[in-house]
Amino acid sequence: MLDFLNRLDRRWIFLLMALAVAVPVLCKPIFPEQPSPLTRKLFDTIEELPEGSVVYMAFDYDPPSQAELGPMAKSFVRHCCLKKHKMIFANLWPAGPPLVDENIRNVVNGEFASENFVYGEDYVNLGYRPGNQVAITQIATDLRKIYPTDATGKNLGVLPLTRSFKNIFDADLVLNVSAGYPGCKEWVQYAGTKGDLKIGAGVTGVQAPQLFPYYPDQLVGILAAIKGAAEYEAAIAQKYPQYADPQKNEAIKRMGPQLFAHLLMLALIVLGNVVHVANRRRGGVR
Amino acid sequence: MRNVVPLVIAFVAGVTMMLALFVPVLQPLQERASVWFIILAAIAFLIGGTNLLLHHARKIAQQEAGWGFSAVTLVSFFITVFVGLAKWGVPPSDAYPNHPWSGNYITEGAPLWWLYQYIIDPVTSTMFALLSFYVASAAYRAFRAKNTEAMILLGTAFIVLLGRCSAGTFLTSWVPESLEALTFPGATAVIMAVFTTAGQRAIMIGISLGVAAISLRIILGLDRSYLGADE
Amino acid sequence: MRQVSKLLVAISFTASMWSNGAVAAPRPATDVTVTDRPNDAGTGLIVKWTLSPDDEESAGANRVVVYQIFRQVNGKPSEEPVAKLNAGNNEYSDSNCQSDAHYQYEVVAVAEDGETSAIATHAERIRPVVQWFDSSRTWVAVIVIFVCAAVIICTELAKHGWSTYVRPIAGLTAIDEAVGRATEMGRPMLFVPGIMDLDEIETVAGLTILSHVGEKAAVYDTPVEVPTARSLVMTAAREALEGAYLAAGRTEGFDEDRVYYVTDEQFGYVAAVCGWMSREKPAACFYLGKFFAESLVLAETGNACGAIQLAGTAESAQLPFFVAACDYTLIGEELFAASAYLSGEPQQLGTLKGQDVGKVLAVVLLVCGSLLATGAMISGRDSLAGRAHDYLMVHVLNKGVGG
Repeated sequence: MLDFLNRLDRRWIFLLMALAVAVPVLCKPIFPEQPSPLTRKLFDTIEELPEGSVVYMAFDYDPPSQAELGPMAKSFVRHCCLKKHKMIFANLWPAGPPLVDENIRNVVNGEFASENFVYGEDYVNLGYRPGNQVAITQIATDLRKIYPTDATGKNLGVLPLTRSFKNIFDADLVLNVSAGYPGCKEWVQYAGTKGDLKIGAGVTGVQAPQLFPYYPDQLVGILAAIKGAAEYEAAIAQKYPQYADPQKNEAIKRMGPQLFAHLLMLALIVLGNVVHVANRRRGGVR
Repeated sequence: MRNVVPLVIAFVAGVTMMLALFVPVLQPLQERASVWFIILAAIAFLIGGTNLLLHHARKIAQQEAGWGFSAVTLVSFFITVFVGLAKWGVPPSDAYPNHPWSGNYITEGAPLWWLYQYIIDPVTSTMFALLSFYVASAAYRAFRAKNTEAMILLGTAFIVLLGRCSAGTFLTSWVPESLEALTFPGATAVIMAVFTTAGQRAIMIGISLGVAAISLRIILGLDRSYLGADE
Repeated sequence: MRQVSKLLVAISFTASMWSNGAVAAPRPATDVTVTDRPNDAGTGLIVKWTLSPDDEESAGANRVVVYQIFRQVNGKPSEEPVAKLNAGNNEYSDSNCQSDAHYQYEVVAVAEDGETSAIATHAERIRPVVQWFDSSRTWVAVIVIFVCAAVIICTELAKHGWSTYVRPIAGLTAIDEAVGRATEMGRPMLFVPGIMDLDEIETVAGLTILSHVGEKAAVYDTPVEVPTARSLVMTAAREALEGAYLAAGRTEGFDEDRVYYVTDEQFGYVAAVCGWMSREKPAACFYLGKFFAESLVLAETGNACGAIQLAGTAESAQLPFFVAACDYTLIGEELFAASAYLSGEPQQLGTLKGQDVGKVLAVVLLVCGSLLATGAMISGRDSLAGRAHDYLMVHVLNKGVGG
């Protein structure tokens, strides 16, 4: 047995992980979520902005991280729609624009179709621009230099929402959902350092530790990975009971598979250590 | 001699970029240099694209190991380039209905959108999802209590793994609110906010100084190994 | 043209007075002032005004909704407003000025029904001033000069025989072992210089190590495969590797085709590299540069191939993955120190000493900051510690004074 575990083919581990994720995906167990103080802080920031505030939605992610970041992007849009904030969408990742379109289609014009949000007045989609941190610097100094038009080619000067929006500092809040570079760190370094800018971040799990040094001075709050998104959905559900149904909350649904995956990881760590101790007792090889 | 010109360019560009931080008059130059880099990188894609074609064509011609993948690569490359550049299947935009190429290249329903939605999206998501499998196998192999440091690492991993899922909340739900830091989620928050952040800050300071030192070595021409050999 | 439109506005305004028997135009903004925007290259002016009395909800039909800002450059008026600001705004920062021109601004309040107020303007035309030094960054400049001076002085001292002992970096001493192992096994080596472009200093640091690895590989005639995710990196990597083979006196061993471009797409690149690893089973893998989520996929695939692995990145989020899956990892600044360490040149090693002086400064600032913040909390804002803390916050860190 010990020899088998010593030479354990990693494909067994892969199989266990596949089962740990696939079974809960099919069975859809739901577990309760409570917003952490960090999540609560970001939620309160959006909640306390006066109705009609301008929120710059910097959605810097693409399909690979959609499973992890999609739900928090959706929650941000949903919360802004609930508060009737005005939204300016933009994207610095080449494969990202369809994901922004999806949020606009499904949330702004789908879930909130009855609110009749008007393009140009209530929301604008600036689209994608290359340039990474150079683009961020220009958005922070003169938006029109990099975005003379929106994603559909309309001049920003003729759209009521953007006609007096000179640069990022005209936004009351920046919500950045980012999967890496360029992302939240670049927004803090190249835009946040130029003046007083409120930035809220939604990032992947591995990025979060890098961003904690920026909280609470440069970032008003951080949502980390699917857990952060689930907590945010829980915060929305507590305030707006129409979202209490877990089936309306993507991240909360995904916490089931995450739980079993984490438990499997713990079991594997324990097993690895049992093997390690047994080998030492045997005066073993590993 | 071949390297003198690049060294001079590196010196002038490096010093200008550094001074531009403090001299407002130089800031447009700094922006321009960054924009020029983007333009250069975009033009360099022609070199990359040509190299891609030649590299895979050679592999196919010589039937090297994995030449079938090269064939798939080239076919996919040509299809995507054609569909994207020709805006194949993209209807004209509402503003310019008489101009066939005026529509958005990624219009829903068009072939490029179809490639994005049904190939790029699932394939790249799958590659990213592979991480969970690799994390599991790395955890089995690497998290072993070989010494005191490894045991601390192990303990921390346990707390954070439990603290980031519902099990942690459930297991320590009996702990009174005043002792929240002793719950798995509470302890996770403390680990992230205090220990991780302190470590991250120290690493950030070290990295920043490292960047400053290597930049100076390059600007001053002390380190020129990245330029290749002088002739 | 604009005068004509103003005339038309005035005529329609008068006509509406006759027809409605009521004054419909909003009252204008007042006290327009224009000042130079500080710390710029003479490109900015700041226009301020007092809001129109009709800029409030209770103003009814006269309620101001927008302020239009017109600009005269050297006496020539703009036909269109340079900015339209929503009601409630009393400041406009014009960033599109030139230091050799004179400017005059006019503020016009516009009501909900399109009626415009009388023009509010300022007395004298103003010219933006060029500032040659951004005074808000004085302390940053002092710190930069201090660190740069420390690096340069240490370099000079090292040239004159000053001790430049650097502790052995395990990962770098293992390069010879890795090359030797690959040679013994008769299998190739893999070098991944990260997935970002040449504007990332980590990529440059990775390429400097590539030239060292390449030199060793040339001596032992062991092939090095360098797939890149950026075209420019491919070109630079070819230069670096060719130089390494030249330095080793083995130019005939350099195979340009082993340095090639794969794709910019992160996971497409990973798929290609992992596929190559699975087929070719490299004996040694080097991952040195900037990495993101692909780090663990690459390192675990290399581990499965049984390769000896050396990684290094300054992307701290990826370090734990490399530590778990690789034999040796260069952590953060070690990657940047590598080229100096490998070169063994005293002046390059001297820069590492200068870097240490910077670290001492950082520690001193951290300790002072903590002590001052604690002192300010205990003895209050007006105490010496409190004032020193406020100075540190406002002037050194350019921040508002927090709690």
